[in-house]
Amino acid sequence: MYESLNGLWFGFGVALQPHNLMWSFFGVLIGNLIGVLPGMGALSAISMLLPLTYTMHPVPAILMLSGIFYGSQYGGAIGAILLNMPSHPPHAVTCLDGYPMTKMGKGGTALGITMIASFFAASFGIMVMIFASPLLVAIAFKFGPTEVFSIMLLGLLAGGTMARGSALKGVAMTVVGLLIGVIGTDVNTGAHRFTFGITELSDKVELVALALGLFGVADFLHNINRITFVGSGTKVRFRDMRPSKSELKQAFFPMLRGTLIGTLFGAMPGTGPTITTFVAYALERKISKTPERFGHGALEGVASPEASSHSKTQVDFIPTMTLGIPGDAVMALILGALIIQGIQPGPNLISEHADLFWGLIASFWVGNILLVILNVPLIGIWVKVLQVPYRFMFPCALFFIAIGVYSTNNSLFEVNEVLIFGIAGAIFLALDFPAAPILLGYVLGPLVEENFRRALLLSRGDLRILFERPISAAFMSVCILLVLGQIVLAVRGAYLKRKAGVPGIDLPQAPGSVVENE
Amino acid sequence: MKGFLNPLNRDYYGGTLMLLLGLGAAYQGMHYPLGTLSRMGPGFFPVSLGVILTLIGLAIAIGGKWAGLEDEKKTLPPEWRGWFCICLSIIAFVVLGKYGGLLPATFGIVFISALGDRQNTILGAAGLALASSVVCVLLFWWALQMQFPLFSWG
Repeated sequence: MYESLNGLWFGFGVALQPHNLMWSFFGVLIGNLIGVLPGMGALSAISMLLPLTYTMHPVPAILMLSGIFYGSQYGGAIGAILLNMPSHPPHAVTCLDGYPMTKMGKGGTALGITMIASFFAASFGIMVMIFASPLLVAIAFKFGPTEVFSIMLLGLLAGGTMARGSALKGVAMTVVGLLIGVIGTDVNTGAHRFTFGITELSDKVELVALALGLFGVADFLHNINRITFVGSGTKVRFRDMRPSKSELKQAFFPMLRGTLIGTLFGAMPGTGPTITTFVAYALERKISKTPERFGHGALEGVASPEASSHSKTQVDFIPTMTLGIPGDAVMALILGALIIQGIQPGPNLISEHADLFWGLIASFWVGNILLVILNVPLIGIWVKVLQVPYRFMFPCALFFIAIGVYSTNNSLFEVNEVLIFGIAGAIFLALDFPAAPILLGYVLGPLVEENFRRALLLSRGDLRILFERPISAAFMSVCILLVLGQIVLAVRGAYLKRKAGVPGIDLPQAPGSVVENE
Repeated sequence: MKGFLNPLNRDYYGGTLMLLLGLGAAYQGMHYPLGTLSRMGPGFFPVSLGVILTLIGLAIAIGGKWAGLEDEKKTLPPEWRGWFCICLSIIAFVVLGKYGGLLPATFGIVFISALGDRQNTILGAAGLALASSVVCVLLFWWALQMQFPLFSWG
């Protein structure tokens, strides 16, 4: 406890160094801007700026990248509330009640509540991170390759099955990601695998090219000429953003519940942000005394999902940093960025890179405060940015993608990779496959293989070792439960569908045509 | 509705695609030494992944057939013009970047991809491309000093 506070104090020292503060500010600003743009989320924002960090010191690099992450979430809510336009799928539920509030002339209040809820939830998530990380580290030190393999397997399975849509398809995409991770030189033997004689491929597929292909180019291919755009000309002034006392009271408990849901989901590996906000919304509607108000501008329907997405964002960092196991695709990207910097996240991170770890935590707070301050005067500009038509935006974004990917290695080969992965991603999207698990599989793939090999080397080829060591056995049984549960659900769902033709869950479908590419 | 990509076909084609990918990976993986469980060769991991993917693909395809037709999800018409222009614009960036330099490549990618949208006129696209070229020179060439000559021949 005392150590954590000490570390936090140290962290503020790191985060407030002018150089680090500047990059953190730059990150939240750019993240906020890109988050506001329709069809662009945290994933494309982070991967576009990832090449820029290659030459930077690790601390400002990570501060900036995570700033982009939570900055884009603040931005996403603005489009959802003011224009009924979910820039990013997790905000799709925010549209349901946020936009009706705008139509009632209370858009400013909705934004104000969103901001308060986000800040509250983020602060809570940061607190959890401060006190839970050292505990997790203590456990993580008992991990050998066997345990690491089984927890990664769990993360991959959960990431595949808990994405939206069919669980089988999610797992298939995870395996595809693992296979893409195999491409390149095998670290143990030096053999070139799946390179097909192309020398550039012996150095692995470029992370940025993969991410921008799947989440940039594929989205453009999917959305072109299909996004119908309506400007709303809403004017929001700072005065409108201050919620009244009764509104604050009304939003307080939903905010608290959303925060707790986000914390819970953040701690679970593999649960995406979209599912978190949907669960938060569904819960609010379920326990409300007046569920009929939902969808017509209920304040609770804005406060709870937004709070959940922000606390989840912060808590997500815990397993990524302390175990080296990312919970979702954005975290996989941040993990990739750390590995590129030569830092292997894991139980040793806190002691070996204390400046990075505590600096990051402190910067969360600094960044969140910056965001609140930024959003108040800039809200008018964001509304203007929202009105940039898609037809002007995507060509420019495409150009930034191409040049960003080029700059990773100063070679045009990576630009070709973007095209290939963009087309592949668009095909997967059209076939209803979620693309996010690919990234998770790609980043974890080499680690999974390495630890699997080591574990079996230690046990002399005996697969039972996975079930003999207690921690590993626990993870493996959760994996098995997960698979069995999914099979039962799938068989039951298919049976019911055959019998009655009734769709299973009645989660609200959000408006807007932005693709659901979590 | 029985279109090209209705839900039934989507699962069926998707599953088949996974099946083929899995088979391909397993086949290619066979070319590398497999090793034993205690001393795995470079081929072991890819081959097992390929087999898993094949099985999953089979399950998706069969599941799609078995579950039968269901909710009428909106099927979107193909958007050939947009797809063609976006793909061509990236190829143009690579080709023009190699044989012309950064500036022609920038103009090319923005101009061609902008033409993919039905509401953009040729003049509008050219204007957008010019504006991006200016940004490109100022930001990437002058401010960030990227290793990419503005003009080059061959």
